[in-house]
Amino acid sequence: MFTSVAFIIGTTLMYSTPLIFTALGGTISENSGVINLGLEGMMTMGAFMGAAIGYLSGNAWIGFIAAGLAGMALSLLHGLACITFKANQTVAGIAMNFIGPGLALFLSRILFKGGTETPPLSLDAKIPRPLNGLFPQNSFLDNVLNQYWTVFIAFALVFVVWFLLYRTRLGLRVRACGEHPRAADTLGINVALVQFTAVSISGLLAGFGGAAMSVAVVANFRPTLISGQGFIALAAMIFGKWKPQGAMWACLLFGGAQGLVIFLGRSDIQAVLPIPSEILSMIPFVLTLIILVTFVGKAVAPTADGIPYDKETE
Amino acid sequence: MSSVAQNGPDLQDVGGVRRKIHPLTLTLLSVLFGLVIGGIVLALAGYDPFAAYWIILQGTFSRPKYLAYTIIYATPLILTALSVSFAFKTGLFNIGAEGQFIIGTIVAAVLGFYLKLPPIIHVLVCIVAGMAAAGLWGGLAGYLKARFGVHEVISTIMLNWIALYLNNYVVTVIKNARHLTNPTTPPIQPSASIEFFSSWKDTAPGQSWRALHPFWDDVFRTPLNLGIVLAVLAAVAIWYILKRTTLGYQLRAVGFNRFAAEYGGINVKRGMFISMAIGGALAGLAGVGHILGWTKYIASLAASEGYGFNGLAVALIGSSNPFGCILAGLLFGMLSYGGSKIQNELGAPTEIINIVIGAIVFFIAMPKLITLMISRFRRGEKDVH
Repeated sequence: MFTSVAFIIGTTLMYSTPLIFTALGGTISENSGVINLGLEGMMTMGAFMGAAIGYLSGNAWIGFIAAGLAGMALSLLHGLACITFKANQTVAGIAMNFIGPGLALFLSRILFKGGTETPPLSLDAKIPRPLNGLFPQNSFLDNVLNQYWTVFIAFALVFVVWFLLYRTRLGLRVRACGEHPRAADTLGINVALVQFTAVSISGLLAGFGGAAMSVAVVANFRPTLISGQGFIALAAMIFGKWKPQGAMWACLLFGGAQGLVIFLGRSDIQAVLPIPSEILSMIPFVLTLIILVTFVGKAVAPTADGIPYDKETE
Repeated sequence: MSSVAQNGPDLQDVGGVRRKIHPLTLTLLSVLFGLVIGGIVLALAGYDPFAAYWIILQGTFSRPKYLAYTIIYATPLILTALSVSFAFKTGLFNIGAEGQFIIGTIVAAVLGFYLKLPPIIHVLVCIVAGMAAAGLWGGLAGYLKARFGVHEVISTIMLNWIALYLNNYVVTVIKNARHLTNPTTPPIQPSASIEFFSSWKDTAPGQSWRALHPFWDDVFRTPLNLGIVLAVLAAVAIWYILKRTTLGYQLRAVGFNRFAAEYGGINVKRGMFISMAIGGALAGLAGVGHILGWTKYIASLAASEGYGFNGLAVALIGSSNPFGCILAGLLFGMLSYGGSKIQNELGAPTEIINIVIGAIVFFIAMPKLITLMISRFRRGEKDVH
């Protein structure tokens, strides 16, 4: 029983991590007033870059950084459209979701002899686990805390992003641009610069999120690796009411349901409680819907979220 | 996200460039620029872009069979695009066409296999049941939004996944013993097929007729089916509902300004449900047609196949106009069917097509850039003269 709980908590943390990175990215971008519907594409790009550069360089950390930069590159494109050319942000985001995965697979085929999967990293070339071997194997603490570095970084980032948004000047400016860009502009804030900063951080984090999947949870990139996690992160951000801590709880809920699914799918549990795996897999999604209906009231986005700010128009 | 829900991505009203550019100009230029970007990416990767586009053109137009396949590829996309467009008009963002499509395929595969009915009736039953089920699936998202304020983007993302696993569950329950590596359901009864002349074209009289008509012989090598006719009829019906009926007027009013609509006595909540339900039924029809016309069974899915998401792109390229969706769907069908050939013939990754589609949508998002380029171009002309 005790180890079962530890197992569920451990898998929860592992599966929440990529979502937390990405949802934090979404939170920053939308607080600055730019909808980032392209998280999925940026995450896929990051997952590919992380695995590819991690494999080619033999160092998962270099891959992880490259993943963030790749996500950021895509987000600069999104920023160019949304901020410079006042694009419809939803439509630009959809474009990112075609360009990101398209480019990832295109590059994969060129770099890896026509293959859409990157070669697997060896186990010791993955992101390391800082607390590995500290606790007796399969003990409670080992199950819960023996996690990849990415897990610790993601939770640290929740605090960092919260601090950035609510305790720094930049954060105040970011939120001002999301609530009332004209007022921010009047006070001498460079709205475009602040929004570009926020959007590129969001791409960086989404790229990290993808890499947290491809160089930590698993050890390579494949076309179905991300499939929809960027959208789930987006949902988590809305669910978390556009706040970093809210997004984290939503991701944990989702990861927790995923952990439960993996636990209930274990052969020893299936022997006692035989539920078809397809029905089990629905649990996280059904649970999210039920919680949305019963507990969470109407979510309110930043006031100017999604409205391009144009100095010249009245 | 809230502004998307309220205003909808109405392409002409973006960023203060209202009415300065004709939507068709925007679309055509975006398609052109998208193809140019794709060409640049190909050239950078060391492939000849002209050869690639030539292969796509040849792969679409050089044989009747290719044309038929292009239409087959385009059919579900036209319908999912209509689904997305319809919700757009009411200010709702239907990411759920993906799941609604899957619900349509499940109903078609199950009823197509289990029911024993005369030919036309069997097809009609499958279509009505599939559209109804998918309509309820879509309507559920509308209901959750209207009644509980659940953002339709979240609910439809969740419903997509539930539909996907439901599909996989159904496949395990009625498994076809012959496909063991990738489980599928057994094929539908011939009476449920909507493939053109499917029972005749391979018989002796059919073969001898085909020997005399090489064009049709080539077409009949493909599962060309009634789906495209249904898609065109659906486009006409949607155009009619939106432009010529009270319901369409009310739904569009909700899309323009839901508060004004409410003040004007329109039941906004009912509108949200109806809009998502009709959108769901359209995506469901896409799924039904896909099964009855082409695949004939459903298979276990590792990830969504993208009919709904591609429908989003098609709807945007078609500027949410029912007839625009048909043309954009055919363009998408051409790029994805013709584009699938550049891998073999040129060795260039087919994923370039996704980059091209993404680039087209990217330019469509930026009418301001296109207007700017047009005005620069015109000014440049004046300087010369």
